[in-house]
Amino acid sequence: MLKKRLVAVLILRDGRVVQSVRFKHTNVIHYDPVHAVECFNKWAVDEIVMLNVSPSAGSRQGFLEAVGRISGECFVPLSAGGWITDMDYARALLGNGADKLVLNTLLADAPDRVTALSRRFGRQCIVASMDVKRDGAGGIQAVVDRGQRATGQDPVSWARRAEALGVGEIFLNSVHHDGARKGYDLDTLRGVCQAVSIPVIAFGGVFTWDHLVDGLNAGADAVAVANQFHYTEHSSRKAKRYLVQSGVAVRREE
Amino acid sequence: MSRVAIVDYGMGNLRSVANALRQVGTEPAIVDRPEDLTHFERVILPGVGAFQQAMEHLDASGLGAAVDGARRSGKPILGICLGMQLMCRGSEEGALAGASHAGLGWVDAQVRRFPVRPGLKVPHMGWDDVQRAGAHPLIEGVADGSDYYFVHSYYVDCAHGDDVLLAGDYGVPYCAVFAHGNVVGAQFHPEKSQQAGLRLLKNFLAWTPC
Repeated sequence: MLKKRLVAVLILRDGRVVQSVRFKHTNVIHYDPVHAVECFNKWAVDEIVMLNVSPSAGSRQGFLEAVGRISGECFVPLSAGGWITDMDYARALLGNGADKLVLNTLLADAPDRVTALSRRFGRQCIVASMDVKRDGAGGIQAVVDRGQRATGQDPVSWARRAEALGVGEIFLNSVHHDGARKGYDLDTLRGVCQAVSIPVIAFGGVFTWDHLVDGLNAGADAVAVANQFHYTEHSSRKAKRYLVQSGVAVRREE
Repeated sequence: MSRVAIVDYGMGNLRSVANALRQVGTEPAIVDRPEDLTHFERVILPGVGAFQQAMEHLDASGLGAAVDGARRSGKPILGICLGMQLMCRGSEEGALAGASHAGLGWVDAQVRRFPVRPGLKVPHMGWDDVQRAGAHPLIEGVADGSDYYFVHSYYVDCAHGDDVLLAGDYGVPYCAVFAHGNVVGAQFHPEKSQQAGLRLLKNFLAWTPC
């Protein structure tokens, strides 16, 4: 049977792996992202996601090079995203060893281009990064552009829209849970998982390994961790072991 | 000159395969000219994309005939994902119901569409386990139930059980790894399957078909 996946996320700002707390990226965790990936690879991670959260599009070339260097050390599927606006850059990322493209703002600004990328490289190659945020009126809505711009749409509508545009997976984060150490935004996660028929990756807020089990119980196909994997030695292996002990079907290490 | 050629016929990402071969100790060459293929001891036929388009690229470039020459001279050849499917007699992909597009025809197997089953999404994508169905140097050290990384919407159905080395099940039983003479194929991506995948690539590099 298909296994539930444990995903390690590298948040890169201007080439450095940074901590993400409510979408603010001030603390540098690793100066060299390859070092972070070397650690994951030897341990128990099933997939790696690299996100370029740099404030300027001028970061694209440096990020592309980082993807190239990391793919040389990465023998699990690698997804890359941030500042993907056109076919050429998408092709360059794939040529540098990315297996999947992670799109966020493009879903709002140029949905036809999302569909074009999906047609060109296949649905399995396109991941919608979907960020949600509480609005002033007590509701939750999807946001883009590093959490700064509201779409005016609730999470379920935004997720269905992404699926209809041709994405193959949803990578769901919540601004209020990001780096907050209180686990995933389970209500939103549950709603999105029920609304779409494509796999959903839960992200944002993991502090204890129980949070991973909560995410899977809410319907996620994969659970993603960033900050928490960087601070403790062998943390990804411990997370995997916890999942095994909790009865989750995951890939075992050799 | 490197011993291993990765055939570049315009279908998919070769960099990951090259990275993984480097990791297990071989510097591969990426080859896109048919005449260059004769210089290599081993050939890898990777591939992501549509079956028929891939066959057209192989035919038009002359690479299909060159890889077939390597096969006839007894060199070990490994097909990965679509590359494995191309080695079969034919595929239902892109064909009308009941019809099939012809493949290279090296292995007596048919490529079929996964049937629609509740709860089983197509493409079959992610880590899934395989069972040993035979013994062969290629799968030496591969434990029953090992997980590999798959991305495919069509599956290989071998006519002869003897050719199947690793078998999977996704609503229907399918062939995950086959071997027929000097030709072997893997439906999963060994280059993306961590230690289990690297082991298979290492085994391929050490294998001398008899």
